[in-house]
Amino acid sequence: MIELRHLQKDFKVGGDTVHALDDVSLNILSGEYVSIMGPSGSGKSTLMNILGLLDRESTGEYRLNGQNVSVLNDVERTRVRRENIGFVFQSYHLIPRLTARENIELPMLLAGISPKERRLKLDAVLQKLSLVDRAHHSPNQLSGGQRQRVAIGRAIVMKPSILLADEPTGNLDSKSGSDVTHLLESLNEEGITLIVVTHDQAMGNRAPRQLNMLDGRINDEIKV
Amino acid sequence: MRWLDFLRFIGQVLNRHRFRTLMLWLAIAIGVVAVNLLTALGEGAKVFVLNEVNLLGRKTLIVLPGKKETTGGMPPLSGQSPRSLTIKDAQAISRLSAVKAVAPLVLGNIEVSYAGKLREVILLGTTPIFFLMRNLEVSQGKVWANVDMQKGEAVCLIGHQLRHELFKSSPALGEWVRAGDRRFRVIGVLKETETSFGFDMADVMIVPIATAQSLFNVDGLFRIFIEVKYFSQLMMAKQKTTALLKKRHEGEEDVTVISQDAMLSSVQGLLDILTIAVAGIASISMLVAGVLIMNMMIITVSQRTKEIGLLKALGATAGTVRLLFLCEAGLISLLASLSGLVISYAVLLVANTYIDTLQFYSPWWAQLSSLLLAMSFSLLFAWLPAQRAASMAPVDALQGQQKKGQ
Repeated sequence: MIELRHLQKDFKVGGDTVHALDDVSLNILSGEYVSIMGPSGSGKSTLMNILGLLDRESTGEYRLNGQNVSVLNDVERTRVRRENIGFVFQSYHLIPRLTARENIELPMLLAGISPKERRLKLDAVLQKLSLVDRAHHSPNQLSGGQRQRVAIGRAIVMKPSILLADEPTGNLDSKSGSDVTHLLESLNEEGITLIVVTHDQAMGNRAPRQLNMLDGRINDEIKV
Repeated sequence: MRWLDFLRFIGQVLNRHRFRTLMLWLAIAIGVVAVNLLTALGEGAKVFVLNEVNLLGRKTLIVLPGKKETTGGMPPLSGQSPRSLTIKDAQAISRLSAVKAVAPLVLGNIEVSYAGKLREVILLGTTPIFFLMRNLEVSQGKVWANVDMQKGEAVCLIGHQLRHELFKSSPALGEWVRAGDRRFRVIGVLKETETSFGFDMADVMIVPIATAQSLFNVDGLFRIFIEVKYFSQLMMAKQKTTALLKKRHEGEEDVTVISQDAMLSSVQGLLDILTIAVAGIASISMLVAGVLIMNMMIITVSQRTKEIGLLKALGATAGTVRLLFLCEAGLISLLASLSGLVISYAVLLVANTYIDTLQFYSPWWAQLSSLLLAMSFSLLFAWLPAQRAASMAPVDALQGQQKKGQ
C-alpha cells in the first residue's frame, strides 16, 4: 500500500547540499508493523515526515494506496493525510486549552463530521483506550502515559489505515512506555499499518520488520 | 469545518487567552466609543447652534436699522443708524401681499420694583403678534388684546423668574409694578424655559410697543420681524421690503433685511467640518487598535506555531488556518465594537440625562462607520499574521520553528 520509488530529499545547508534521503525505495504492505531505526541525522525523521505527507520529497515518487501523492497539491495532500494517516508524536502535541475529549475530537472537527457521528466515534475511542473517566480532564491534569493515550486516540479516531509513531515512548517511563507500546501493537493486530520511528533498540526489535537507516539510505533490513 | 465548530474553536482560544482577549477588546471598544462620543459631541454642538439660530423660523425675515453686509457671518445685533425704523414702516410692510404678519420690537434695560424689591431687567415692547410668531406661551393670565401698534396701555407680562423674585409665592396677576417712572398692571406670566433667539425670557418684561416707545422716549424700532405666508415667497418678500423701505426713506437704502438662510448655511458648513475633524481624530484611535491587533496576532501566531503545525498534520488546510486566525480577529472586533456601541449609548444616555443644554446624539452613519472601520482595520491588520500562519510548513511548525513553507 505504501510504495516509495527512488525517493530523494535534499537540504541546502550553507553552500553544501545534504542528502537527507538518498535514493530510498520501499514497499510497506497493509497491516504491517515496521520499525525505522538509526542514529540522529540518518534520515529516519525525514522519511517519516514524507510518509506522513508533512513534507515533500525532492525527487522520486510516493504512491499511497495506488495513488501517486507526489503530484497532488497541498489541499489534496491534506485531505489524503486526514483520511489515511494518524500521527503519534514524542511530545504528544496536545492542545492544552482543550480537554482530552476535545483533543481527540479535533481531527473530526477539521474534517467537518457531524456532531452526532463525532459523539459515537468519540465514545468508542474513549472506551477502547480506557479514558472514559479522564475525558473531561485537560492535558496538564493527565500523566504522560495518559497524554500519549489521548494522542493515540486522536490519531485513530478517523480510522486511518496507517499509524505513524515518532518516538512514541520517548518521554515516558518504562511502565507507561510499555503500556503505550502494547496499545499500539494491539491496534496493529486489529489491522492498522504501524510504522514506529525510534532510537530505542528494544522497542525497534519488537517489530517483525526492522529498517536501519544510515546517511539517508536504508542500510539494513531485518524481517522476523 | 462546520461553522459552529469553527466558532466554538475560536471561542475556546479567546477564552483561554483571556488577558489578550480583554486587551484587544478594550482597544477596539475604546476606539468605537471614541468615534461615537466625539461625533456625538460634534453633532450635539451642531444641533445646539443650529437650533439657537433656527429659532427665527424659516419663514421669518428680520429688518434691522442700518446697512450691514449680511453675507459671511452674523450681522451685529445692535447698532445705531442715522435713520430709524418706525412704527409706520412696520405698518407699511404689513400691507405687502406676501406678508402674513409683522411684529415690531423695542428693547431696553429698565428697573422694575414692587413692594421695595428692585430688579434690573430687559424690557421688550411689541405687539401680541410677536407672541404668536415667537411661540411664546403664557402660563398665567393672557396677552393684551390690542393689536394697534400706536396705542399704549399700562399693562405688562413678566418672565417666570422675575415673577418669582418680585412676588415669591403670592399672586402676581392684577398687581401693579413700577418700571422706570410708570406703573404697570401685571396681566400675564410667561411659561417657564422660554428662550428666544438668545434672550432668556425668564427675566424680561413685555409691554405694548407704544408704551415702550414713550417709556424710553424713542421713535425708532430695534427690529421688525416679518413672517411671510409661504417659504417660497421669502426672497420676493425680502426684495419688496427692501424696496418699500428704500422708497419710504427717501431713496436711501439704510436698513438691512436678513433671512436666516444666509446665517444658517455658513454656520452649518463650519459645524460639519468640526464634526468630521473630530470623527477623524477619533478614527486614529481605531488605527491604533488595528496596529495593536496586528501585534497581538503576530505574537499569537508565533506562540501557537506548534498548534498550527498540529492542525495542519491533523488535516487543516492552509485556507482553514488562515480563516481561523482571521475569524479570531473578526469575531473579537465584532463583539468589541458592538459592546463599544452599547457603552456609547449608555454614556450618551447618562450625558443627556444630566446635561440639559446640549443634546448629544451619535448619528447612524457614525455608528455604522465606527463598526465597519473597526472590523476592516482588524481584518486588514490580522491578514499578515494569518497569512504567516497559513503558509507554515507543518514539519517546521510542529518543531516550533517558523519557517516559510513552499
